[in-house]
Amino acid sequence: MNLLGKLDWSAIPFDQPIIMGASAFMGLLIVSVLGWITLKRAWPYLWNEWLTSVDHKRIGVMYIILGLVMLLRGFSDAIMMRAQQAVAAGAAAGYLPPEHFDQIFSAHGTIMIFFVAMPLVIGLMNYLLPLQLGVRDVAFPTLNSVSFWLTASGVLLTNVSLVVGEFSKAGWVAYPPLSELQFSPGVGVDYYLWSLQISGIGTLLTGINFVTTILKMRAPGMSLMRMPVFCWTALASNLLIVATFPVLTATFAMLLLDRYLGFHFFSVDAGGNPMMYVNLFWVWGHPEVYILVLPAFGIYSEVSATFSGKPLFGYRSMVAATMAICVLSLLVWLHHFFTMGASANVNGFFGVMTMVIAVPTGVKIFNWLFTMYGGRVRFTVPVLWTIGFMVTFVLGGLTGVLMAVPPVDWQVHNSLFLIAHFHHVIIPGVVFAVFAGVTYWFPKAFGFTLDERWGRRAFWCWFIGFHVAFMPLYVLGLLGMTRRMQHYDNLAWQPWLLVAAAGAAIILAGVLCQAVQLIVSIRTREQRRDLTGDPWNGRTLEWSTASPPPAWNFAVLPQVAGKDAFWQRKLRAEPPAQKPEYRPIDLPKNSPVGFVTAFFAVVSGFSLIWHIWWLAGVGVLGAFVATLFFAFRDKDEIEIPTEQLVRFDRAHPAGVAL
Amino acid sequence: MKTFVAAIVLIGVTALAGCTEGVLDPKGPIAVAERQILFNALGIMLAIVIPTILATLGVAGWFRASNQRARYLPDFEHSGRLELLVWAIPAMTVILVGGVAWVGSHDLDPRKPLVSGVKPVNVQVVSLDWKWLFIYPEEGIATVNQLTVPVGTPVSFKLTSSGVMNSFFVPQLGSQIYTMAGMVTSLHLQADHPGTYRGFSAQYSGDGFADMRFSVNAVSPEEFSRWVDAARSAGPVLDARAYAELAKPSKAVVPFNYGAVAPDLFNGISQVAQK
Repeated sequence: MNLLGKLDWSAIPFDQPIIMGASAFMGLLIVSVLGWITLKRAWPYLWNEWLTSVDHKRIGVMYIILGLVMLLRGFSDAIMMRAQQAVAAGAAAGYLPPEHFDQIFSAHGTIMIFFVAMPLVIGLMNYLLPLQLGVRDVAFPTLNSVSFWLTASGVLLTNVSLVVGEFSKAGWVAYPPLSELQFSPGVGVDYYLWSLQISGIGTLLTGINFVTTILKMRAPGMSLMRMPVFCWTALASNLLIVATFPVLTATFAMLLLDRYLGFHFFSVDAGGNPMMYVNLFWVWGHPEVYILVLPAFGIYSEVSATFSGKPLFGYRSMVAATMAICVLSLLVWLHHFFTMGASANVNGFFGVMTMVIAVPTGVKIFNWLFTMYGGRVRFTVPVLWTIGFMVTFVLGGLTGVLMAVPPVDWQVHNSLFLIAHFHHVIIPGVVFAVFAGVTYWFPKAFGFTLDERWGRRAFWCWFIGFHVAFMPLYVLGLLGMTRRMQHYDNLAWQPWLLVAAAGAAIILAGVLCQAVQLIVSIRTREQRRDLTGDPWNGRTLEWSTASPPPAWNFAVLPQVAGKDAFWQRKLRAEPPAQKPEYRPIDLPKNSPVGFVTAFFAVVSGFSLIWHIWWLAGVGVLGAFVATLFFAFRDKDEIEIPTEQLVRFDRAHPAGVAL
Repeated sequence: MKTFVAAIVLIGVTALAGCTEGVLDPKGPIAVAERQILFNALGIMLAIVIPTILATLGVAGWFRASNQRARYLPDFEHSGRLELLVWAIPAMTVILVGGVAWVGSHDLDPRKPLVSGVKPVNVQVVSLDWKWLFIYPEEGIATVNQLTVPVGTPVSFKLTSSGVMNSFFVPQLGSQIYTMAGMVTSLHLQADHPGTYRGFSAQYSGDGFADMRFSVNAVSPEEFSRWVDAARSAGPVLDARAYAELAKPSKAVVPFNYGAVAPDLFNGISQVAQK
């Protein structure tokens, strides 16, 4: 028996200059970051304050950093694909051979959905939910840390595949039979499956955690119908996580059984049925879109209300629309494969159901419009992202409804028209929202605002770049160009692909603007301090505490008497509470269990990928022992004494209830 | 505004692009009907989407904080009538487009034979790594990466796959359909104009996917018979052994034909996977 399973030196692609160059660059970056931390003697701080933190705010920030770093990785993949398709016309083969190109588009989709969009959205929910609900943390703070580190494990495994072995070449959806051992004998699909299994468990735990938090842990007086709309959208999103991530996990488990133990769930022989995988995948896959976009709608709702100086228009409609989308999103999965030969009734039903979702979505657009109506709209950077989203998203939605018409889908399914469509909804719908949200809540998290000028530049580059990059893809789709082509013979396509590549370059300029914005903002932070805790004249409870909030969020839990609790309080101009009644607060103690469990999860995942069975056993055992240790802890809380609360509130007068 | 301009440009260029090839330049009844549905659905939705975009920009611009003339209505957060409108507008649009979708799914169902006085040509399609096999069971011939069909005659396809999933697609003739091992899908198309049209796989299937193309030659019925006769008199026999040879993965295969085909080969291929 080989102690290292399938692993040997041939796993590292020394002969691939692009991969080795990228790996060397990544390695250098990691070494210099670690070196810098060591030089600054920041390890104890990092370990005690961040890596082992169970504070939802710290975890939220780490999620967002993780998502932004992976956005750079996913975006590099995008630029490589656009460059390849811009040149590989006619006889030209481009600079990426198929086996490399196929890994890049598979990695791009996987990373962007699971390791960019999900961490960014979950990060924002993590940061905001307890603050908006007026409580001190999520329901299960340590579990929250475990969730984060399991997500990071998936990220790590996916990135390791760049250097050791290969990533999946079966597309981000990994349809069998292509993803079966028979057609994908390499470790690529295993990297894909184990990364997503491990991070998927993290996501499911997050879903359970947040649903519990929202349903059970609101400030006194905050009934469901007084919650900020972001909390409603987060509730819908997490209900969908709880409902659908187990489906994905089970589906991948069946594919793993096929690949590892010769089962025949989805194989072409012995009665396997790949159509089952396709159905199950999209039973998760379509709700996933709404898992991402619903919290984004919540962000837009908060931003549009705050910066219009008005309550959100049609709160009840918004809640109804959110929950309607939550339910309907489970009833449309078949529209991802109208081309599979289902009967006319089935296709027709799913086509119509898909369109029905456009109704509550349309309601939301109109409600944001009427929120601005009669307002005093301040054109800050978050508002630019919001308006940019509204005018772009309706067209993305339009092409979506077009594709929900089965006869149209039969013509544009899998074409670049489809690629244009889903980028047209996900980029404005999710990415713009995250940028709006990060800009909006940045001063809350770090105590100073982000630079407006560079923020505007970033917005315009992204907005224009997005249209230049994706509008040509609609044309290409109608011209009959299908997705995932490493090269093509139709020279009429090339001009459009060149334009699309230029669009990607403009988006790159936007990304650079954002990097500059961050640097400029940090360097000028003293001039842009937020001492009030409420830099935007906000409406919800997160603005009623200091920026950044203390570990305990609220020294005294706020009393809620209506919607927009903080705004109401400001309107009533209540005098500073007659000496709030401070009581000592118990906070959950930091714990390394998340980090350690995730470490062993990476060990297990890596060993399973490479068939190093003994080490996989060690990994599982390690994770189990770490959990056991945690379960038998003596002390799980630390007490914050009253004096400390009083001292903090005195230093941050805004932190006291206004 | 940019999006609006982009939308106009998009519509403009796609109209222009329609003159070359692709789904906007249909050459058969199915593709023509599908383009019409595309235009109808697009028209219905643009009628609501364009005003929405303009209203968004207009409202945001007018109610900007610096505009002293705009009325500030800090308590305007609910209006029963407006909310009814807000639900009704998208609902009515969806009823219209939903009707288009429902009727279209039935009228153009890929399984449904075309109504025609002309006897259809049967073609059995097999997707292989990475090429297309077309078997003409009645004519007893087969071709690789090239499909010849008579103009004005319905073509009745039965499709399967030797292994991984692919999607059979000729944009100028209409609907695509998946090919899946162990299963047979059906598709009915027709070419109304002579010419050569691009066909390809629209479902990624591995390394050689980008070259998994074929050309469709739509010729007059007389020419089609001549082509069949010529094919019969030349080319190897497609039997189980030749099929096994063909099924080995290969890329960018130059089109050729088989002069004879073992009977019931297609059924064998579509069932073998299940054994």
